Amino acid sequence: MFANLSDRLTETFRNLRGKGRLSEADIDGTIREIRRALLDADVAVPVVRTFTSNIRERALGAEVSGALNPGQQVVKIVNEELIGILGGETRAMRFSKTGPTVIMLAGLQGAGKTTLAGKLAHHLKQQGHTPLLVAADLQRPNAVTQLKVVGERAGVPVFAPEAGVTREDERPRGNPVKVAKKGLKEAEQRQHSVVIIDTAGRLGIDQELMRQAADIRKATDPDEVLFVIDAMIGQDAVATATAFQEGVDFTGVVLTKLDGDARGGAALSVAEVTGRPIMFASTGEKLDDFEVFHPDRMASRILDMGDILTLIEQAERTFDQAEAERMAEKVSKGEDFTLADFLSQMQQLKNMGSMKKMLTMLPGMGQIRDQIENFDERELVRTEAIIQSMTPLERENPKVLNGSRRARIAKGSGMQVSDINSLIKRFEQAQQMMRAMSRSGGMPQMPGAGGGPGAFGGLPGGKKSKGKQAPQRKVKGKSGNPAKRAQQEADARNRAASAPAASQGSAFGLGQRPPQDVDRDALNADLSKYLGR
Amino acid sequence: MPVDISWIPGDSDLLVTIVAGLVVIGGVGAALLGRSRKAPPREAPPRRDDAAAAAATTVEEAPEEALEEAAPAVETPEAVDHRFGRLRRRVGTTFGQSLLAIFRRGSLSQDDWDELEETLLMADVGAAATDELLADLKARLKADPDGDPRALLRAALLDVVDPSLDRSLALGAPGDGELHSAVVVGVNGVGKTTTVGKLARVLVAEDRSVVLGAADTFRAAAADQLETWGARVGVPVVRAYVDGADPASVAYEAADRARTDAAEVLLVDTAGRLQNKQGLMDELGKIVRVVSKVSPPKEVLLVLDATTGQNGLTQARVFGQVAPLTGIVLTKLDGTAKGGIVLAVQRELGVPVKFVGLGEGADDLAPFDPAGFVDSLLGD
Repeated sequence: MFANLSDRLTETFRNLRGKGRLSEADIDGTIREIRRALLDADVAVPVVRTFTSNIRERALGAEVSGALNPGQQVVKIVNEELIGILGGETRAMRFSKTGPTVIMLAGLQGAGKTTLAGKLAHHLKQQGHTPLLVAADLQRPNAVTQLKVVGERAGVPVFAPEAGVTREDERPRGNPVKVAKKGLKEAEQRQHSVVIIDTAGRLGIDQELMRQAADIRKATDPDEVLFVIDAMIGQDAVATATAFQEGVDFTGVVLTKLDGDARGGAALSVAEVTGRPIMFASTGEKLDDFEVFHPDRMASRILDMGDILTLIEQAERTFDQAEAERMAEKVSKGEDFTLADFLSQMQQLKNMGSMKKMLTMLPGMGQIRDQIENFDERELVRTEAIIQSMTPLERENPKVLNGSRRARIAKGSGMQVSDINSLIKRFEQAQQMMRAMSRSGGMPQMPGAGGGPGAFGGLPGGKKSKGKQAPQRKVKGKSGNPAKRAQQEADARNRAASAPAASQGSAFGLGQRPPQDVDRDALNADLSKYLGR
Repeated sequence: MPVDISWIPGDSDLLVTIVAGLVVIGGVGAALLGRSRKAPPREAPPRRDDAAAAAATTVEEAPEEALEEAAPAVETPEAVDHRFGRLRRRVGTTFGQSLLAIFRRGSLSQDDWDELEETLLMADVGAAATDELLADLKARLKADPDGDPRALLRAALLDVVDPSLDRSLALGAPGDGELHSAVVVGVNGVGKTTTVGKLARVLVAEDRSVVLGAADTFRAAAADQLETWGARVGVPVVRAYVDGADPASVAYEAADRARTDAAEVLLVDTAGRLQNKQGLMDELGKIVRVVSKVSPPKEVLLVLDATTGQNGLTQARVFGQVAPLTGIVLTKLDGTAKGGIVLAVQRELGVPVKFVGLGEGADDLAPFDPAGFVDSLLGD
């Protein structure tokens, strides 16, 4: 039902196999699908219109009709174009040469400005700056209090000479423009290197508040005016962004609530309509859930193409660091993977949230979507119960499991002996897999690497699908997923150019001196390849 | 996954495969990233679920005296018709007029259809709902070629909005002596606390005794904000005075207080949470369960921001799985956003909009009137 663009395009092109070239009608069908995907991702209608017409031009060219798999070729083009718009103008924050750097935040109510102010302050503080937060939101009840709390958490001083509105029926007192000015003076006196001004949230059509924001801008002459926008916003993104561009002429965009599951087409709309770069992304409720914007990931996300990097990061966030390192060490040393390890991994897995959700984040999962839909999350609980009904000895060494032990475990976990048998059997196979992995010296030489989506496509299906599996693709080193393939190709080029950096990242990360300054992208590209892409 | 795992037999093997695979992803990912980041010091971040134990004992109630002196005369909310008139004026000028312009041209050409489609899409109606609406309109035009396209579109829109749905708050009749509870849920920054405050006003105006539960223990100053609303209409607010208290515990205290006070309505404000955060959704489930011990929630209201795009549907779907939704409050409709997501949500999930938020004023919460809404879309 929620087939992603990649799957849908592949479907569109399925009927075209054998035809020498693409007809106008074929392209129309493709464009329709792309349009639909973009609209579902909340990309603004006018942006979709210009975007699809660009795609149409490129799709009519030779690079598509000549390709072996035109569907994926089109996705590749779309992805490239998206990255082009989203990342066309990435730049770092501008810092003032003399005196404190002034950063002003503006945006709609509820976009997350105050929270972001704290995160930005925290981020800058970690970079060695000495930020000062200025509470110029005197409109929203208790906004000043919230900023104080946020500042305290970030360990950054907050300049709040006015208490703002603390009661719902109070009229806003104090002048935010004056507060901003005073804040600037305060920062100069106390020699803060950065001033972050939190302003009141306003609707794009609220002339009065917009003028106030413009006045603050005039009075403080900020080095950066950041427009804070919620990733969940729909078609209104264009109207809002235009209003703010006219009102405060922002210099950069921050996308918030990216940890949600909105596809975030607004990012594309804002970047395209205003031409301002998206600089940061806010991805959670904690202070350090703040990162530099990644155009490539955003492109995959808008196209709903699965995002292995996000998955890894999510895993990294929820997984216990020490435990993960212990596991990795174990595998690399060739020690056996035990049921106890299995249990601990599974429990961490549960922390990551819905299994189905996670699986759909993996690219190429379209083929087994039905299976995922049918997957019973309680399976986790049952398996956990079985392992928890075992003694430590049994967990370490499943070979001791004789009939009576199995019967006891079945009783203890409320399962059947046959369930335990099948778990043990599957576990032993997984164990073999792990052993094979450590023997081959880590992941790079893994059997089946480069199997592409076929690797997961080879998952056993339900009874119906048994035996009807499509033959696995055997193209070595080439992913079926064009985005990933592009990444691989880029990676290959990269590696030619910067071999040392890549090899550091590739070596499983163990038993080596920790790379000091590994290029994150090269590393990610490398990693994703080993993950079967 | 890096490994060819097709050899694994059996039906429920997905799990083992995944666990094994994630050992690899998680382990390698964490190891690599951890290293490249030089294993950042994981100082315990402020977690919501942590301080639970401390909370149970520290939940206190808003001081009675303060309330009494602050309790003002209850203001009568603005008349419903009047409010909707304002909504109509606001919405009608944008969405409706472009539709009107199309229909004035008489018979519809392909370009007109395209324009119509874009107009619907730009209002966040969503691609699927738009397709359906247009197909519906085409069918109606076919059946009645001489019909007024405008009247037909109005009928089509009205069919989606479905005026026959019950949009009143199912909180019993005033003075029936029973405790009815309502929980307000939604993602971050949509205006839940404000909505609870405004709802309390409406209920107080109906002469009902209300208790508010500030179960948003996460956002800084959220409880203060609710207390401000409560004090204004003389409604007790049950809150925790520590940050990060267990929200379920606050909710229970509030329910308990409502029961002892023999209040008629309990309104529970919850923290904003993104629907894909499993832990937080579980927490919400717990709040609802705990409130149910005293009085099963008659209303679970999802607050949706009018600027929300297609993710609004997902929000409604996922929140509905945790706490079956009984209605939607559409806020921030006073901006340039048109709130078309309402059509999509109702079409897909059958959850009706019960209230709309039209601004920052205390009385800017209006009951949703389908006919008026559709008329306003058409520019009446």
